[in-house]
Amino acid sequence: MKNTLEIKNLRAGIGGTEILHSLNLTVPKGQVHAIMGKNGSGKSTLAKVMSGHPDYEVTGGDVLLDGESILGLEPDVRARAGLFMAFQYPSEIPGVTIANFLRAALNARRPEGEEVDAVEFYHHLYAKMDLLKIDRSFTSRAVNDGFSGGEKKRNEILQMAMLEPKYAVLDETDSGLDIDALKIVSHGVNSLRGPKLGILVITHYQRLLDYIVPDVVHVMVGGQIVKSGPKELALELEKKGYDWVEKDLVAA
Amino acid sequence: MSETEPKEKPDLAIDQDIGNFSYPEDYAFDAGTGLTDKTIDYICDAKDDPDWVREFRKKALKVFQQKPLPTHWASQDLQNIHFDDFRYYLSKGAKSKRTWDEVPDDVKRTFERLGIPEKERMFLAGVEAQFDSEAAYSNIKKAVEEQGVIFVGSREGLKEHPEIFRPWFGKVIPTADNKFSALNSAVFSGGSFIYVPKGVKVKHPLQAYFRINAENFGQFERTLIIVDEGAEVTYMEGCTAPKFDSVTLHSAVVELVALKGAKIQYITVQNWSPNVFNLVTKRGIAHEEAEIKWIDCNIGSRLTMKYPGVVLKGRKARGEVLSIALANNGQHQDTGAKMIHAADETSSNIISKSISIGKGRATYRGLVHIPRHLKGCKNNTECDALLINTDSRTDTYPAIVTRGEGNSVQHEASVSKVSAEQIFYMQQRGLSEGQAMSLSVNGFVNDLVRQFPMEYSVELKRLIDLEMEGSVG
Ligand SMILES: Nc1ncnc2c1ncn2[C@@H]1O[C@H](COP(=O)(O)OP(=O)(O)OP(=O)(O)O)[C@@H](O)[C@H]1O
Ligand SMILES: [Mg+2]
Repeated sequence: MKNTLEIKNLRAGIGGTEILHSLNLTVPKGQVHAIMGKNGSGKSTLAKVMSGHPDYEVTGGDVLLDGESILGLEPDVRARAGLFMAFQYPSEIPGVTIANFLRAALNARRPEGEEVDAVEFYHHLYAKMDLLKIDRSFTSRAVNDGFSGGEKKRNEILQMAMLEPKYAVLDETDSGLDIDALKIVSHGVNSLRGPKLGILVITHYQRLLDYIVPDVVHVMVGGQIVKSGPKELALELEKKGYDWVEKDLVAA
Repeated sequence: MSETEPKEKPDLAIDQDIGNFSYPEDYAFDAGTGLTDKTIDYICDAKDDPDWVREFRKKALKVFQQKPLPTHWASQDLQNIHFDDFRYYLSKGAKSKRTWDEVPDDVKRTFERLGIPEKERMFLAGVEAQFDSEAAYSNIKKAVEEQGVIFVGSREGLKEHPEIFRPWFGKVIPTADNKFSALNSAVFSGGSFIYVPKGVKVKHPLQAYFRINAENFGQFERTLIIVDEGAEVTYMEGCTAPKFDSVTLHSAVVELVALKGAKIQYITVQNWSPNVFNLVTKRGIAHEEAEIKWIDCNIGSRLTMKYPGVVLKGRKARGEVLSIALANNGQHQDTGAKMIHAADETSSNIISKSISIGKGRATYRGLVHIPRHLKGCKNNTECDALLINTDSRTDTYPAIVTRGEGNSVQHEASVSKVSAEQIFYMQQRGLSEGQAMSLSVNGFVNDLVRQFPMEYSVELKRLIDLEMEGSVG
């Protein structure tokens, strides 16, 4: 389907162990969906399988970006097709400055010989940094190298803002952020919201969803989406815990 | 220095076709294979060498035959060199033959990507034995000749300028320095001879590239550069385009002499095809307040052994080696630097960066010698290694020998890795695997490359990009 990110009966795992068991999820452009779920339920696995991490095997199902399967594509091709992932644990890239990294990433999206104009690039970069209240001195620092936990997360959103994806998966972007930073980052994400972007936020905390208000909340248990509902579902979860959903499952 | 080497022959992923040339069997132009007194006579006759050179060569041959291979510390791969199978001299008429159609496609693509002009491609691919760059070259040649600079081939140098050539030739690097300097001394041909008169500062870098037609890419190049008091010159050896040669053993000797207050900068990009053994001896003597700087980048070859050195002979002399080595699958870059302090207040600086990819192997081997009786000497040594994927290995043997109180030595070493996780992270942002590796490598060498001349650093970056693209499986 056009304008949706669809995950259909997805089965995937690592080292011969299946972690995602026939998972279904659809995120249309213009919406924000949240996934909540216990530690180890497979949330990060889902994010990495979608982005093509080489360690994971897909054993069934499909992931469709605007109706086209992306499972056979290299990670960079998926990224250029419009899929972005904010990592739960972003890698450090020593020696490569944020400015050079982002410029290379933008150039990779353009035809050869039509590189981004340097002045325009910095203009754009500074605007996004201001939005996320990131000091300009960071442009010449190596990507995530020696960054604090919170700085890394903020840098993920900076990259998202610069690369303008069609679909973004934010894996626990809130963890490690202090209260002020949480507000700033949420404000940043909200400013990117719009009809051209579908967002999937993975989080453990209702607090993030107070700032980035989701259209739909999904509950993940044991590698499957077991319950979906409006934003109030997150509140209920916070009150009652995951046991409540699991019991519900058994009862059903 | 002691070291245990792996006994097994390294896994060499070499495209044998690259060196696949055929020779016309015409001994009028060819000394045949193997190396004997007769080979030397053949070379001397063909080159019309003066008697003193013939004698020099023959003595060197004896030294070569007596000296063992330095296998107690070097790569076991040296034992795969079968000296009797090589041709030690091919005159112009006997250069290898192959047609442009026989040149592998990836080689052609590489030339294209590097923007090498059509005519030069033919030469570099080994299709044409000669490349006529007289037009480009003559302008610079004329300009420097007006300043009294001599810039000729080594053969012309020893014939036309013996009064300057002879006193220094073989003095910086004696024949018996090592087995390969002896080999070169026996069979050398090609290379440059440069003399820069007192006080002359040569503006443009002198480039061997412009002298391709003067058999500069010889197998056994012999270069001698003498820079007189207060004079300055930059010399660029080779070019960044890969050179596909018919011969797989290369052994050059380069001697530099910087007289009082002189400055020499010697720049190399080594990009031999991956079947070449490249065993080079490079050394300079820096007199009082003189400065010798080696910028040395090794990208190609199967095995390179090269440790540019400076003998700091006069007070306040300065020596520097800035080097980058890139060892891809099937390659071993065994490189380093030697600084021999022989006067007070001399200083030396060594910065070495190596990158190992896949099964590639990079070794840094250094020697810094500061004897007890000297005062106010300084050395700074930095060795950084970057490993891309887990199979790579790197070794560092800094060997800094300092005696005496009044000298200062600083040594730093680091090893960093680009993991699969880092590559994935970069790919997730839209960079291909090759681009991701290139970006990491360029980031790693960047602070060093910034000190290189502009046009050179641009070419080097392009070359790294190409090399990284090629290393993606
Ligand atoms: N490399 C691996 N080898 C073996 N098991 C793995 C590997 N990576 C993940 N797993 C397992 O897969 C399961 C799902 O992990 P995943 O990281 O997707 O969970 P998560 O829902 O993101 O948890 P959290 O909330 O703690 O981030 C876990 O049981 C984990 O131990
Ligand atoms: Mg997780």
